[in-house]
Amino acid sequence: MGKVWKFGDNLNTDEIIPGRYNITIDPQELAAHVFCEIKPEFTQGTQSGDVVVGGQNFGCGSSREHAPIAIKGAGIRCVIAASYARIFFRNAINIGLPILECPQAAAEIREGDEVQVNLSSGVITDITTGRSYQAQPLPDFVLKIAEAGGIVAFLQEHDIDELMTAAGGAV
Amino acid sequence: MGTLVEEIFSRKLGRPVRAGEIVMVDVDYIMSHDNTTPLAIKAFRQIGKPIHDKERIVLFFDHAYPAPNIAAAENHRMILDFVREQGLPHFHREGVCHQVMIEEGYVRPGAIIIGGDSHSNTYGALGAFGAGLGSTEIGVAWVTGKCWFRIPESIRVELRGETQPGVSAKDVMLHIAGLLGMDGATYKSVEFAGEYIRGLSVDERIIFPNMSTEVGAKCGLIEADEVTTAYLENEAGLQGPFACLKPLDAQYERVIEVDVSQLGPAVACHPRVENVKPIEEVEGLEIHEVYIGTCTNARYGDIETAANILRGKRVHAYTRVIVTPASERIYQRALRAGLIETLMDAGCVVTQPGCGACIGRHGGILAAGERALTTMNRNFIGRMGSPEAEIYLASPATAAVSALTGRITDPRKA
Ligand code: SF4
Repeated sequence: MGKVWKFGDNLNTDEIIPGRYNITIDPQELAAHVFCEIKPEFTQGTQSGDVVVGGQNFGCGSSREHAPIAIKGAGIRCVIAASYARIFFRNAINIGLPILECPQAAAEIREGDEVQVNLSSGVITDITTGRSYQAQPLPDFVLKIAEAGGIVAFLQEHDIDELMTAAGGAV
Repeated sequence: MGTLVEEIFSRKLGRPVRAGEIVMVDVDYIMSHDNTTPLAIKAFRQIGKPIHDKERIVLFFDHAYPAPNIAAAENHRMILDFVREQGLPHFHREGVCHQVMIEEGYVRPGAIIIGGDSHSNTYGALGAFGAGLGSTEIGVAWVTGKCWFRIPESIRVELRGETQPGVSAKDVMLHIAGLLGMDGATYKSVEFAGEYIRGLSVDERIIFPNMSTEVGAKCGLIEADEVTTAYLENEAGLQGPFACLKPLDAQYERVIEVDVSQLGPAVACHPRVENVKPIEEVEGLEIHEVYIGTCTNARYGDIETAANILRGKRVHAYTRVIVTPASERIYQRALRAGLIETLMDAGCVVTQPGCGACIGRHGGILAAGERALTTMNRNFIGRMGSPEAEIYLASPATAAVSALTGRITDPRKA
């Protein structure tokens, strides 16, 4: 169970982590500045397991991998949004930040609600309001990358083909 | 059956795939350059496994080459040490990565190519899937030879008619960028099609997938046809058969139709590519630099257009005019045709091939308060130097005509 931090549409990577803090790729250092301009209370108030909820086109703007690293570094368990910008979507998965797409949940869940998320089934439950939502479940391979802590960490221990089987296909 | 991007992935995977599916595929080539290779090397070292297939890795020095400062020089040195350590066979310094990828025959119709550069979409001009990725993924692909993709939904842009004199493919693409907006195709594949596209040379076609990046697209695609295969055989040294895939009973998210005969020269105004205006609205605006270069518009035809306009004339006394051919091959061809001499006689600075002034590292950096008119694809704040400089985007003809007057000038009035 985690508390919700809510954001609007078209949240860009500069709002997630301003360019001037991108000199490091250390998750903890980045997490110290995540959302610092648009939600300064975020870094102090988050607890491990909290959830970020955004709107349309979450993570647009530059291709910086620092943005999902910073969110994950802050202990956020997953992001729920109506839709994602292309490179953020990839980067999040590759660095092991689970992301769910669910326009209805993104619209209805409010800041401060307590939510429960089942990443493999895609079921999101808002404990505060009692409503449930069904997001597109995450493919197995995304869960595997997330469990390992990102694609680089995954490859240190496994072969890429273990993901391939999960992706359901021949080459 | 499906859109062009669905067809490319279906062929690669040997089973039908649809938009929305996530797949893992073998990639044909993995491209990166002096800006994006260092972090890929870092990811590679962290993974700690050997390179999967050296033949598929293509590395470039083009963004800041030859090195304009010590940091760039040390960066090149580090990458070169890596190339030697790993014995990587495909290492290039002959111009902008995307142009050289095409010239050297790395791009085949139906291929899947990833690049550590946002304009890797360019390869779509030859019916290949090209997409830009972050550096970590480049390092991952070196080790695995593979990459995962979510198959994108598609937008089809149907172009018909013929352009009027003074209007070029760049003007048409700027118009489309204005129409779609900078996030109009986010995550999508944009297919450029229609009689107008079929009538263009490969060099002109390249502009469309190249600038699909500017509307947020994952890839931009043009069906390979006889024009493509002739180019591949004659210019890129490749031999067929080629996988000239076509969309079949495709479902498009959106179809946009444009009659190009209705369009005039266009200019994208600072600092957003979607801020596109007919040239009449910005005519007369003073410019301090004209830059004809980049992966968008520095091919032979572009240089020829500029040389024909500038032949026997002098550029404006207070405007610096820089021409950076996209590749050595283009440079040499222009040299043999006397175009370089024509440009220099007119007062242009002709620089070594590469990205040149495009990213504000060297070869034409802007001072605060200066305004540039360029053939580039982006006009973000600070891209060419000072954040207080302005960048306007236009066709090579508009750029060359404006070089003579020192003001934005309509090429139809030249
Ligand atoms: S010419 Fe400009 S846009 Fe093209 S690859 Fe180089 S820096 Fe990027």
